[in-house]
Amino acid sequence: MAEAARLDLKEFEDRLVVVPGGRWAVDTIARFLGELESVPVERYRRVTLDLDRVDFIDTAGALALQRAIQHWQDHGIVVAMRGGGKDQHAIFTAIERHQPLPMAAEPPRNSLLEMLDKLGRATLDVLHEVVDLIAFLGRIVVALAATLRRPRQLRATSLIFHMEEVGLNAMPIVGLMAFLLGVVLAFQGASQLQRFGAEVFVVNLVGISLLREIGVLMSAIIVAGRSGSAFTAQIGSMKVNQEVDALQAMGLDPIHVLVVPRLLALVLTLPLLAFFADIMGLIGGGLMAWIVLDISPATFAERLPEAVSMWSFWVGIIKAPFFAFLIAMIGSYEGFQVEGSATSLGQRTTRAVVEAIFLVIAVDAAFSVFFQVVGI
Amino acid sequence: MTVERERASEVVIRIRGLRNVFGAQVVHDGLNLDVRRGEVLGVVGGSGTGKSVLLRTIIGLNRPAEGSISVFGEDVLAADEEQRRRIERRWGVLFQDGALFSSLTVLENIEVPLREHTTLSHEFARNLAAVKIGLVGLPPEAGDKYPSQLSGGMRKRAGLARALALDPEILFLDEPTAGLDPIGAAAFDALIRQLQQALGLTVFMVTHDLDSLHAICDRIAVLAERRVALIGTMDAMLQSDHPWIRSYFHGPRGRAATGAAA
Repeated sequence: MAEAARLDLKEFEDRLVVVPGGRWAVDTIARFLGELESVPVERYRRVTLDLDRVDFIDTAGALALQRAIQHWQDHGIVVAMRGGGKDQHAIFTAIERHQPLPMAAEPPRNSLLEMLDKLGRATLDVLHEVVDLIAFLGRIVVALAATLRRPRQLRATSLIFHMEEVGLNAMPIVGLMAFLLGVVLAFQGASQLQRFGAEVFVVNLVGISLLREIGVLMSAIIVAGRSGSAFTAQIGSMKVNQEVDALQAMGLDPIHVLVVPRLLALVLTLPLLAFFADIMGLIGGGLMAWIVLDISPATFAERLPEAVSMWSFWVGIIKAPFFAFLIAMIGSYEGFQVEGSATSLGQRTTRAVVEAIFLVIAVDAAFSVFFQVVGI
Repeated sequence: MTVERERASEVVIRIRGLRNVFGAQVVHDGLNLDVRRGEVLGVVGGSGTGKSVLLRTIIGLNRPAEGSISVFGEDVLAADEEQRRRIERRWGVLFQDGALFSSLTVLENIEVPLREHTTLSHEFARNLAAVKIGLVGLPPEAGDKYPSQLSGGMRKRAGLARALALDPEILFLDEPTAGLDPIGAAAFDALIRQLQQALGLTVFMVTHDLDSLHAICDRIAVLAERRVALIGTMDAMLQSDHPWIRSYFHGPRGRAATGAAA
């Protein structure tokens, strides 16, 4: 097996004798491909291929020789084959039969046109996606309305299960994150406010930014990463396994069975999670204020109602169900878009998270403008 | 040449005293099996007798509790990384549903072993891959498709083309005709037989398909009671009075296949 391939070229005036030898196989021939191709074709009129020295030949070896023969014949050389056993000829015949026709040369590319083409396709894709998403929103609304009309149809077990999954189980990570954000806000605020001797305003800073924006926004972002992606993966793998088709074939609406419980679970739990994040953030901020600025927890608690109006808290909580709706809708939508392969599942999951986070922030910006206009 | 005569009965896979245990379940115990060069060996057995486990054990995806396996005369269980890689290049495996890489086209799938294990130029590798696509009876345009765009039968053919990329000496097939319609299955059988003859392959085939056993297997090994209960030709199977073998080969489906082959 350690045998190598050999290649001898013998010249007789206008005739060339090509004698491959040894083990002429996929792992040994690489270094002779160039030699076969660079035979000076204009010098010969006849080539004889002598296979008698070949101990073993496989399809790669045969293909290499067959390509050389083709090349010589294209240059008007008469090629004759000599020697070789029956097995070897069988392989040659198989190769010749399946050698694909030479591929047409690719037309020259116009990079500007290609770029325009790409841009156009991408634009159309986005457009279709938006239309699809609106259609999906419509189906969700219809399914929700049906559930409202007949609340008994709501799958309670499924709803409770998902509430535990997306709400209760997310509490440790959301709580820890909010606590640390409170710490960071208080610490950064303290070092700035100290310069003006306005240390006590750290309560305003932490209170307003946490309750109004950061608590709910960060909870939504974590939930998008945790649960939005899970929705896509769950529904997507059901789609790949044809479970979604099976539901439909049984006369069940996949939106009703799969999306409504997830969506309601998230809409109900995200406000609670945001509330929990607010509390944890305030604890973190208060603790830091105590350590760095010597503002006791009692003073902190006393100043908080003066610094922060009740509306700041409600502004944060009101946004939570909207964010939840967006995250659940995008997660489920991308799940239903999964096709065929595992690669598609991975791509869709990534897209779900990115789109959900982006939309949450965009909607948050819209809310800011809205609340500004109504003057809260 | 004496070498020629020895080749005919040379044992390429030799398994001795194989024992496979999963938890409390003993799948194989004291299993012996020889596979000879150039034969098509069909491995049959009831569900749970460890046909696929046997295949996975030989190709190194499952480590046995006891026993020895030698392939091409080398002990694969004791082989170091380098030896293993050398041996692995000399066999090809077709998994049940083809196991094609879903992010690559069929052509690219076939090129993977060529690129990883040889120094052939990109252009030559592509050409060779295209030839393999023809060899397994796929139309040329199948090469640019992704596995998810192919039918089950085409995926198996593509998987076979990838298994054949390096011109292996042994071809392992795990239920090659499962999930194919009878016409497709018969065509696949014929393809395997034809390739086996053209390329001089040794074929180790796990199967449930009685028609395949009749059509292309030189010998059949029956797994039962944790070992090879019987190995031999179809005639030997038909004459056996082992209860499972009798009910398998003399059952209604068995009789139909025998009748069709006769």
